[in-house]
Amino acid sequence: MSDSSTSIQPLLEIKNLEVGFQTTEGIVPAVRGVDLTLMPGQTLAIVGESGSGKSTTAHAIINLLPGPGRITGGSIMFDGQELTSYSEKKMEEIRGRQIGFVPQDPMSNLNPVWSVGFQVEETIRANGIASGRKAVKAHAIQVLKEAGLADADKRLKQFPHQFSGGMRQRVLIGIGLSSRPKLLIADEPTSALDVTVQRRILDHLETLTRDIGTAVLFITHDLGLAAERAEQLVVMYKGKIVEAGPSKEILQNPVHPYTQRLVAAAPSLASRRIQSATHASASHALSDLEYAPTKVTEGLDLIAAAEERIEQQPKTKRPDAIVVKDLTKVYKIRGQGRGAAGELTASDAVSFSVEKGTTTALVGESGSGKSTVAKMILRLEDPTSGSIMIDGQDVAPLKGKALLDLRRRMQPVFQDPYGSLDPLRNIGNTIGEPLNTHKVGDRVSRKARVLELLDQVALPKTLITRYPNELSGGQRQRVAIARALALKPDIVVLDEAVSALDVLVQAQILKLLADLQAELELTYLFITHDLAVVRVIADNVCVMQQGKIVEAASTDDVFDSPKEQYTKELLNAIPGAGITLGV
Amino acid sequence: MAGYILRRLLQAIPVLLGTTFLIYFMVFAMPGDPLLALFGDKTPSPALLESLRQQYHLDQPFIIQYFLYLGGIFHGDFGTSFSGEPVADILARTFPVTIRLAIMALIIEFVGGVLIGLVSGLRKGKLFDASALVVSLIFISLPIFVIAFVAQFIFGIQLGWARTTVSSGAPIQDLILPAFVLASITFAQIVRLTRASVIETQSLDFVRTAYGKGLSRRRIIPVHILRNSLIPVVTYAATDFGVLLVGATVTEGIFNVPGVGRTLYQAIVRGEGPTVVSFVTVMVLIYLVVNLVVDLLYGLLDPRIRYVK
Repeated sequence: MSDSSTSIQPLLEIKNLEVGFQTTEGIVPAVRGVDLTLMPGQTLAIVGESGSGKSTTAHAIINLLPGPGRITGGSIMFDGQELTSYSEKKMEEIRGRQIGFVPQDPMSNLNPVWSVGFQVEETIRANGIASGRKAVKAHAIQVLKEAGLADADKRLKQFPHQFSGGMRQRVLIGIGLSSRPKLLIADEPTSALDVTVQRRILDHLETLTRDIGTAVLFITHDLGLAAERAEQLVVMYKGKIVEAGPSKEILQNPVHPYTQRLVAAAPSLASRRIQSATHASASHALSDLEYAPTKVTEGLDLIAAAEERIEQQPKTKRPDAIVVKDLTKVYKIRGQGRGAAGELTASDAVSFSVEKGTTTALVGESGSGKSTVAKMILRLEDPTSGSIMIDGQDVAPLKGKALLDLRRRMQPVFQDPYGSLDPLRNIGNTIGEPLNTHKVGDRVSRKARVLELLDQVALPKTLITRYPNELSGGQRQRVAIARALALKPDIVVLDEAVSALDVLVQAQILKLLADLQAELELTYLFITHDLAVVRVIADNVCVMQQGKIVEAASTDDVFDSPKEQYTKELLNAIPGAGITLGV
Repeated sequence: MAGYILRRLLQAIPVLLGTTFLIYFMVFAMPGDPLLALFGDKTPSPALLESLRQQYHLDQPFIIQYFLYLGGIFHGDFGTSFSGEPVADILARTFPVTIRLAIMALIIEFVGGVLIGLVSGLRKGKLFDASALVVSLIFISLPIFVIAFVAQFIFGIQLGWARTTVSSGAPIQDLILPAFVLASITFAQIVRLTRASVIETQSLDFVRTAYGKGLSRRRIIPVHILRNSLIPVVTYAATDFGVLLVGATVTEGIFNVPGVGRTLYQAIVRGEGPTVVSFVTVMVLIYLVVNLVVDLLYGLLDPRIRYVK
């Protein structure tokens, strides 16, 4: 280390921080002895899965811990001030003014009953950046323009629900940076957004913080994203830091088994590695890849999973399970003003086919119409025109029993593992419900089938009497998959089925899906906004934009030689582009 | 906005027609001859009965009676009570009293309930919260006439703060005690609803973000917690106005308030079709207007459901 760098004082220095949650059984530790140092103007990322204590650490800095949370030890030095000794009154001076905060979910972090302008203006006023009605308003417009809302002056009076997710996150970033803080805490600022939006917003945040000279503490669960956006990485596991250092070093040479698992499970990194491997060898065979799955990454390794999946695929051409032709759906929408009505073409002459036993991914941003197509295939929505053939049978005229039979062969898994399970039914009943509905077998055989399904999705049999709120997100999604498999379907429609999950859980579910496909010859229609995941799971890709399929090809072709500009954008949005990996 | 209100008022017409018809039918179907009952033990002469029958259209079939009554309404004639007083006069005399009482009760229960509920929610599990819950449980469990008599005894007789009965003009100071008693029916509900709503709002993400923005607790509580928590409470309190009108019958009886409750009760007992129907019609009208106000308030409180202008 040179003399010049030691003379600079760190902006944030956390030493041996301990945070616990007060419960009836005493204090449960959430952060256990965390040390980290952030220099002025630098970006540091804390990476870990949910429950690792990464958000708790960040919230502890500005004392935003939820009710029972307490700092039980250690010190937080920020700009020469010991924050742990500060009263609530003094913390109010720090928050917003010296340390900005950008929260995780743009949908729930703006108050729905106040206009966007009001919420920006109150921040400016509270932090004493400007006073007087006009000055405050002018500053609010400036802040929002900086955050990337070009028409901020016109939109001040609008309410959060009139903004898209990406726009709301820009508002929150504008609020966080409105007083030019020395430090910005960004708590998973983009994990609720589409990858392309994520990229644009993070690019913007990077430029903005660099210009102002704000240091950023960036919290994320995606190692690829962290490495791309931060110079320094801290990996947290169960409340402790297991590895810390420069991002590239950690990525190329992860030492701790947990970090190795995160590297193996991050779809962004895996897709990059598969990509570089297919480029390196003309044969396109993944087995040429010199990558040995180690014991710690077993069952999580996306590359191994992808490799295995491709190996198990029979090479002969099989009949099409799904054929969609010119599928169109037009929604009537209520316009602004009396009598004004518009039409929205959610799906515009969409055609594609899925070969039996393979996976086709429908990729696109929110609003691209991918879920509408899935709903029509599941017959949850009726198409305006066009046809859907399942195993050579036109599904449009099906009614009553014939429709029930179709549904038996085709099952959905949805995005939100919290919303798609009935909280009042236990797991056994949930998985067994399709069997009851379709009157399959008797009580004894149904129970046996439920146990068999639990086994198939690698859940313990004891879960049969438990309720959804006792399960983790990953376990719930496994239950949803088990329920979809109960009737031994041929086709499973997976609508963003892994998007809401942490990387490690996501990797496990992707692996499970690959294994089940090989074992049961399932056909998957996989709907996602994340091309990185597609690289691992899909044989063919249809890229959708504004209701139309703009590009359809095999996964290799789409990744190797994308034809459309939009596809290229989606590919570029996969984090970790500039990182050389030690493959 | 004006178009929306007009549409809602037009929708009220079939509702009014339906309710008046039903009420009129039910009064008509009540057993016994209303005129004979009026004379009690005495037996009036057949000629007198006949002339009274004609005067009140009681000799006509039901449907004709109904339409005659309906036709009268359009001329501002609500019919005449058996005592000879025009029903319109009775309406004009009693409704203002009851509405004044109900509005006073509404203000008391809303302001008191929201304040106590807010403090309870903010201090969840503390002494204040626990006591508020116990007290509200007592109010929920006690019938209104018990509360009324106890209030009359303590505040009217023991302490002498208020009169136990209301004088004929029903001035506001006389109505304070009955209003408190009337408010006690739903006061506890408001406390509990506000408390639950505040606790829920407090844990929402945007409240944490508000702290993160550097706002003080003194600003966050009214602007971000209370404002959002009020949405369900306001809806409840406004629809509650109907409950208060009904509850007023008992309270008015005990405090001798010359309002709707007492008069309506007597009219039902006497089987006075036009009087009963007129009272109920006005009540239905009040319900409809209150509901409209609630819907408009809802849009004011929550911009997500603001109506297309």
